[in-house]
Amino acid sequence: MTGPEPLLEVRGLRRHFPVRNAFGRVTGAIKALDDVTFKVRPGETFGIVGESGCGKTTLGKTLAGIHVPDAGGIAFEGQDITHLRGAARGAVTQRLQYIHQDPGNALDPRWKIGRSLDEPLAVHTTLTRTEREARVREILSAVGLPPGHLDLYPHEISGGQQRRVGLARILTLQPRLVILDEPTSGLDVSVQAMVLKLLRDLQVRFELTYVFISHDLSVVRIMCDRVGVMYLGRFVEIAPTEELFAAPRHPYTCSLLSAIPEIGGRRVTETFSLEGEPPNAALLPSGCRFQQRCPLAAAICAEREPELDLVTDRHRAACHFAAGKESRL
Amino acid sequence: MTTDRLLEITELRLGYDTGRGFARVLDGVSLSIGRGRIMGLVGESGCGKTTLARATLGILSPNARVESGSIRFDGNDLLGMDPVRFQREIKGRRITFIPQDPYGAFNPLFRVGDQIMELMKWKSPRREPGEWGLGALMTPYPRARRKADREQALRRLEEVQIPDPERAFAKLPGEFSGGQRQRLMIAMALMTEPDLIIADEPTTALDVTIQAQILKLIRLLATTHGVSVLLTTHDLGTAYEICDDITVMYAGQEVEMAPVDTFFVAPQHPYTVRLLDSLPRPGREIREIAGEIPSLLDPPTGCRFNPRCPAATPECSAARPPVAGMRHKVRCFHPVAHGAEVAE
Repeated sequence: MTGPEPLLEVRGLRRHFPVRNAFGRVTGAIKALDDVTFKVRPGETFGIVGESGCGKTTLGKTLAGIHVPDAGGIAFEGQDITHLRGAARGAVTQRLQYIHQDPGNALDPRWKIGRSLDEPLAVHTTLTRTEREARVREILSAVGLPPGHLDLYPHEISGGQQRRVGLARILTLQPRLVILDEPTSGLDVSVQAMVLKLLRDLQVRFELTYVFISHDLSVVRIMCDRVGVMYLGRFVEIAPTEELFAAPRHPYTCSLLSAIPEIGGRRVTETFSLEGEPPNAALLPSGCRFQQRCPLAAAICAEREPELDLVTDRHRAACHFAAGKESRL
Repeated sequence: MTTDRLLEITELRLGYDTGRGFARVLDGVSLSIGRGRIMGLVGESGCGKTTLARATLGILSPNARVESGSIRFDGNDLLGMDPVRFQREIKGRRITFIPQDPYGAFNPLFRVGDQIMELMKWKSPRREPGEWGLGALMTPYPRARRKADREQALRRLEEVQIPDPERAFAKLPGEFSGGQRQRLMIAMALMTEPDLIIADEPTTALDVTIQAQILKLIRLLATTHGVSVLLTTHDLGTAYEICDDITVMYAGQEVEMAPVDTFFVAPQHPYTVRLLDSLPRPGREIREIAGEIPSLLDPPTGCRFNPRCPAATPECSAARPPVAGMRHKVRCFHPVAHGAEVAE
């Protein structure tokens, strides 16, 4: 099971949401996910970046079984989990957990922290009460909270501590893969640093594999081993983090990277040139989805949608011009 | 005597009466903005930057109480000013506002053009002083002014790069994307030919590529119109991008004020240094600031950063440090030294 085998394998995943007119007739589709294929290896952190509406959250939720894909398959630990339901899915959920933006928000305000942490164990495992209590205490100290917190209510602790409890709650089941959906969005930088550090410590301690969904490239850069860049429902580039930042091949990745403010360096407002906004996801152009904003667009881009092809042995890019050139930054 | 200071806030102390006591949200904050300059007000959530912006706009909530201090705008004392005059001449006219959330700022049921013209009817710079009072409520929008206002509004939409302003006027807010709505808000903030625009986290709700476009636009328009901007943000990167001066706030106190060039090269307050350190940077361990932001109901005495500060000594909790420095100001008894740069 372990070793070179990927922990998570996604093939041709598709999820379209129907668009209806005023009479309830389906008039089109928002292609939230369109032919998404990637692998996640055990122990790594795979980053998914993109702007709002690019489908990254839909992807995360589809992996977690919250959305059902229209086509394609998801294999986890070698098992096809695409259409698992009920108890079989529950067994997978133990090892494949999804954490939304603020896990602290998911705590029941009327439950003490101890009860919130005990619940997943009571539901999913056959451990005895004392075993469960030992596990809860171990996890609580792993996220850096004193055992006295077990008897407190969520409103009695700070927001940052609630977040820690939320993380602890997911870790009590000892998952192998955790999908983190925008774990630091909306946080102040100092709190963000705290959360990132905690996520890293927990990854080492519990041998976790992360799928890290974020819109923030500077966070992805320091957290992830490999990064996939999404644009309007498709991956346009997947590469090891360092290679992606040093030598991006897709023009969209190039513009995303050049939009990150870098203190002390060139000012983005003086150099940034990408115009326009992503088109309506229900009215995609034929061919490449990025062509209307792309500085390199040529006739072929309108005719044929580029495949996500290998550029080097670990670097894929979906651009007709990706192979010929080195960095275009 | 006119000064080059457009807005001058001095030792402002104010807070909110809450069910659990008085929360002093601003604890003696001083800040000044020069004409035509962009001031970045940087701080984490709860540091009081939005309260400061709202105090300047005169839109504090009813439970707010000003204890002492003053806000002077172009020679007028805003806190002591006749509220009617403030409402007529300054609020929304000489000081305007760009909100954080361009989605909630428009009424979704009315056309964008109608909402813009409603603003112009009341706040247009061409409005005569006589058009006030109860009578004004009854009289229609004067034809000639309406025409001039509309033309100006269309020009502003063009300036913020809204394609086809005439058609944009007839659209509903929902037909615009987030970035375009923020462009509309910027255009509206400029329509009354203000001296000061208060922009409260104007790019936080936007994607990174759109954020770059909007910041570029704010910088450009502030320069061409010679308008000052007070930009609040939690993002030091944003502040670096377009600001001329930066003020850092922590828990209701301003701790450091400097022009952008010296600020990032030689930050002096321990909090500023740690805040910059906590930004994610490749090839370096993640550094957090130990401790948490204090409750404003029961804040630490003296410098409010002292419980988290590694350089803190007893004097830090005894009194608030005075302002030191001329160009690069810092309020700290133990500023971080940067070799020769610290000497003023």
